[in-house]
This record gives sequence, C-alpha cells and structure tokens, in this order.
Amino acid sequence: MVNLTINGSALVVPDGSTILEAAKRVGIHIPTLCHLDLHEMRMVNQVASCRVCMVEVENRRGLVPACSTTVTEGMVVKTDTIRALKARRIVVELLLSDHPSDCLICERNRNCDLQSLAADLGIREVKFKGAMSTYKRDDSSFSLVRNPDKCILCRRCETMCGEVQTVGVYSAVDRGFMTTIGTAFDLPMKDTACTFCGQCVSVCPTGALTEVDNTRKVLDVLNRPGKVVIAQTAPAIRVALGEEFGMEPGTRVTGKMVSALRRIGFDYVMDTDFAADLTIIEEASEFVHRLQHGGTLPILTSCCPAWVKFFEHNFPDLLDIPSTCKSPHEMFGAVAKTYLATKLGVDPKNLVIVSIMPCLAKKYEAARPELSGEGEQNVDYVLSTRELGRMIRESGMDFANLPEEEFDNPMGQSSGAAAIFGTTGGVIEAALRTAYEWLTGNRLENVEFAQLRGMEGIREATVRINDLDVKIAIAHGLGNARKLLEKIQRGDATYHAIEIMACPGGCIGGGGQPYHHGDIEILKKRAAAIYSEDRAKTIRRSHENQDVMRLYGEFLGTPYGEKAHELLHTSYTKREKV
Amino acid sequence: MASTTMTDEARYEELDRYIADLPDHKGSLIQVLHVAQDLFGYLPQDVQMHVARKLALPAAKVYGVVTFYSFFNTEPRGTYTVSVCLGTACFVRGSEEILKEFEKQLKVKSDQTTPDNLFTLTTIRCVGACGLAPVVMVNDRVYGRVTAKDVASIIDDCMAKGGSENG
Repeated sequence: MVNLTINGSALVVPDGSTILEAAKRVGIHIPTLCHLDLHEMRMVNQVASCRVCMVEVENRRGLVPACSTTVTEGMVVKTDTIRALKARRIVVELLLSDHPSDCLICERNRNCDLQSLAADLGIREVKFKGAMSTYKRDDSSFSLVRNPDKCILCRRCETMCGEVQTVGVYSAVDRGFMTTIGTAFDLPMKDTACTFCGQCVSVCPTGALTEVDNTRKVLDVLNRPGKVVIAQTAPAIRVALGEEFGMEPGTRVTGKMVSALRRIGFDYVMDTDFAADLTIIEEASEFVHRLQHGGTLPILTSCCPAWVKFFEHNFPDLLDIPSTCKSPHEMFGAVAKTYLATKLGVDPKNLVIVSIMPCLAKKYEAARPELSGEGEQNVDYVLSTRELGRMIRESGMDFANLPEEEFDNPMGQSSGAAAIFGTTGGVIEAALRTAYEWLTGNRLENVEFAQLRGMEGIREATVRINDLDVKIAIAHGLGNARKLLEKIQRGDATYHAIEIMACPGGCIGGGGQPYHHGDIEILKKRAAAIYSEDRAKTIRRSHENQDVMRLYGEFLGTPYGEKAHELLHTSYTKREKV
Repeated sequence: MASTTMTDEARYEELDRYIADLPDHKGSLIQVLHVAQDLFGYLPQDVQMHVARKLALPAAKVYGVVTFYSFFNTEPRGTYTVSVCLGTACFVRGSEEILKEFEKQLKVKSDQTTPDNLFTLTTIRCVGACGLAPVVMVNDRVYGRVTAKDVASIIDDCMAKGGSENG
C-alpha cells in the first residue's frame, strides 16, 4: 500500500494505482478525455495523449497526467491549483482549435465527451487560430461513418479494435499534425476486415465515429402510400431504450417501446423474439442432427453478424463449424416476406421490414447478397436503439408516460428463451432448454442454467444429457472468440457447442446501444433486466411457442427440413484478412 | 538500394528467409521493413501486406509504422536520391537556395522523381555533419559546403555514372 495526499486529504491506496484512481477513492474528480477504463472488458486506454488530466505533484517541475502516473510513497498531489486548471483549459482550447464547431448539427450533440468537457471547463472562446485538419469522410460501409475531422486522436477505437476485438482495423497513420487514425493503405471501411461490431463507435468520445443513420429513409418509407411497414425489435432494445429518455439503466420498457413504434407509424409491430424462438428450433435441430449423425462438432452459434464476418476473415478454414442458421431478424424477414405476406394479403414487394437492433453490424448484414429472396432483401432497413430514440424524440412523444401495448400477431409471441438472446450466454441457454428436452424426453424442472451466466470473457460448462456430457463454451468479445477458435484449430478443444457474441456483454453491449460512457455497471443492469424479462414470461421454452409451431404446421413443414433450409439457413464466404 | 538484377520472386524469397531466421517475430517489424525496403527499393502495398501476413500483424499496424517513419518510402525512388539538408545549420547557410536550384535543374519538386527514374529529390533534417553545412547527400555520399553553383556538377557526376549506381 502507498500513502499519499491529494488536495490535503491523506489516503492509502494499493501499489500501482494511478493518481486518477486514487483521487476517485476520495471523491475527487479529475477530468479526462482519452482515458477509458473498461476493466472487465480488459480494455484500459491509457495513452495519456490528450493531457486533460494534468495535475501538480510537489517537487516535480512539470505537471503530470493523472491517468498514467502511478502513485509513490509520500506523494503530494494537487488537482485544483490555478496552474493545473490553466493547463487543462489550454489543452482543451488547443483541441477545440482543430475541431469543427458544428456541435448543433453533430450526431453526438448532447452526448459528446469533448462537448461536456468544454462546458464543464466553461470555455467561451478559442484563442488559438491555426490550420484545421480536413480529411475525407468515410461512409463506404452500411454500418459506420468515420469523420476524422472530429477525431481527437485518443486512440480508444484503436485500443478497442486491436486489443479487445483483435481485429486491428485502425492504426495511427502519418505523423505530427498530419496524424490520423486510419485504416491500412487508407482503404475504405467496406474493404477492410472490419466486422462492423461498432464497439469503436461505442467508445469514441466525439462524433468521429458514428452509425450510418437510416432514420430519414425509414421515415420516408413510412409515409409512402401502398407500403406496409413492419417493425421488429431485438431482445436487447427493450432493456436499454429507456436510457435514451433518462430512465434508470435496466428498466424494461417493452410495452412503451411497442406503443412508440405504433405511434411513429409502423403498420405492425412484431418481435424479433418470435424469430429467436424459431432460430432455437432450427439451431437445436441442427445440433441434435450433428450429434446423432456424426456431424462436425462443435457447433458455433451464428446469430451475431460481426462474429460471422470475423470468422470469415480470420478462420476461413473453419467455415463448416458455425451453424448455418440465419440470425433471428433475418429469419423474421424471410418468413415475413413469404408466410406473413400471404396471411396479410400483401404483395411481398410492398412489405417493408425494419429491424430495431442494438447492433451496427446488422445494418451490414441486411445488405449481404445471400440474405435476399426473389431479389428483395429479407430485411430492408436496420435502425439502432439510439436511432429509435431519436425518432421517438423527434416525434415529440412523452416516452415515460406512454401506455404499455402488446406486439402484433402472428409474429409477436415469444418465450423467455428468446428474451435471453440479448445477453452473453443466452443463446446457448435457450438452445439447451430445447435440445435437452428433445434429447431426453424429460421436462426440465429448472430452465435456468446458472453455470452459463455471468460476465467472464470465456466460460465453460458441462451439461449431462442422457449419457453424454455436453461440453459448452461461451465467449463474448472477439478477442475471447479468437482464443477459443485457435484452441479448436490446434485440435485441443473438445466442445460440443459454442456461443459467441462479438460485443462485450453480448447484444446488451452492442455498438448501437445507448452510450455507456465507460460505465460497465450499465451493461450488468441490462443483463439483469433481460433475465427478469425471461422470468416474467409464461412460456420459457422456444419449442412451446405455439405461434412458431403453427408456422411449421401451416408453412415450413418439419424443422431443419427442405423449406426451412431454403428460408432460414445461409452460407458463408471466405474473406481476405486486411 | 534495391538490387536491380533480382526478380520480385527472389526478393520475396530473401525477405522470407530473413524473417524465418529472426529469433522472435515480436517487435521486429521495423527491422523487417528496413530489409524489405533494401530489397525492393520502396515499400509498395503488396510488400507491406506480405510483411503483415508473415509477422501476423494487422496490415493497419504495418501501414501505420511505414507512414510514421520518414525513412520508409511507399513510392519507387530514382537511382539517385538527392537529399538536401534543411536542418538549422544548413538552413541558415542557405540550403533552401540549393534546394531551389535542384528543383530548377531537375524540373521536379521536393519528394518527386524525375520521369527517367534517375533522380528523386528530397529534404532531410540534419545528418550530423553541421561543420560541413550546407550539406547535400546523394544516396550515401555526402557533399559538404555546397553552393548553388555546385548543383550542376553534382547532377553531372551522377549522369556520368548513369543508372548503374548500386549504392
């Protein structure tokens, strides 16, 4: 332990603590900008590049950055001297001198760390006038937009992409004033190995990285005569959307969300959870089939489009192990444009499917050519949780006081198994509930598999089914996924089934969710809400969803059968690693 | 400088041999890029990709390092790289005039290569020979106390040797 004094208060902190961490213990706030400590995701961005957290240390000539200076015995720190305050102000003014001042029309308006910092420091003018960086905006992808003019070179995106996700799309390029955070050979994002997970957007402190905004297109199509527009909502939206309206993280707003979508003008509001149940029927069937027919094992889940793109780029030799199941919202689209269109008596060409997703990769996924039928995309538009929040605000609704409404049928009912798709461990737990009962013929007394839950990056569990110990692994975050996949490649893993979600925490921590600003407790609250959504359901097993079973009876035939293959399964492509 | 007689295939083979002999791939990127530039004369995208794959590094990382260090070139160089020093000592003794004279006579701007691929004109910051200021380097050869009048003879020296220099 180390003794030190901060602003006159004596304290004792563990060895290796930074001044910033020590100050936090005694309630002293030191402003930061580039610093980001997502400890549980094993990400600490500590480049100390912004110099906003400069503090005074007795007997040191210069100021030191609090975020990366470790405490020493007897250290005397002052965080609020005139010298420190002036230095901080100059640093922020210098940052602002090379930053567009279009806050009013910026995507991150009211949600920007730099803007908040400038406001907190009371900056009213920028004394420094000099050259401004001007770079090309990269809006080449379906998922995210890079606007390097707004980049403050904090390198959070580079750390997230390189160290947590191990994708490594970004690097600092060039030097001095010309430095940008760019891609290899300045390639447009669409030509890189980017998985579009959007975690870089989640941690970007400014408007340098944002999602592709589809709200205008959706508003247009909602007002186009003759179009029947259907919204479907992912499991993770209902436990996070409330945050956009100042509600406590972890508040479940399912009914209000349905209400809001109806008021925005969607003709039908249905549920991706319905399709999650459908996914389980297909995926559990595929698992049982592989198990009983000597198929390739382990089976890997395929709901996460960022994960799919990751293994296409990084493990092209393992393309036969992921499940061939489409992701739930794509299954929804494929069924809606066939089965539902007939039921509603609508020409599929006039049926528009809009997915509300916690995810930016879903935007890219919707445009994948193999996910189209009859020349029409299964899903037409994807909106993130944040975009839906903006549409609700724009329409002037009082979200917190909206009535609770129910999803429309016949694709609106779902089980608790579907609800938990939104968190790490949820998909495999949902699949087990069904596979277990199918394989044993016994009903599970307790459907909750506690050993599959939690926030550890890689988790393993063994579940006894008949006379087989089914070995399960779960990974969230692509770096953890890589570790598992490399184990399989080396041949020293004997799993039967693996669930992978690209984003830390699973979809609740998706790149399209309300910004967490580094507070990982928010993700845990969302996960808890997901599990309470499950417990609140009367049906908790996908195979007991009567509307899904009716869909098979009336239209699809047998699970994992010919029609199901045509509509609900997909294929993967080998991709270059750039 | 690149060996003019080697085929690209042979260059890649030599580069791969060098990488294979490294005791540890970790932290060897800059070293490998130096060797690659010696072999190819510059670091085109294909070579950077090759290095990235061999060292199991993201291509962005390799590109980041290549663009950071001014020693690395991503465009082919002429047989003779004329580097005019613009460091403080050379600058105050008139090296800017020398640069202008080279630009005039070679009909290229700084960081450009002549159409016949004989000369690349560039600037450097201090070669540690300030006593000789102003200094011009042609490949590895240092010319000291250069004046604008000397420019023509420096160019002539090179022209006399033609494209055969292998320095």
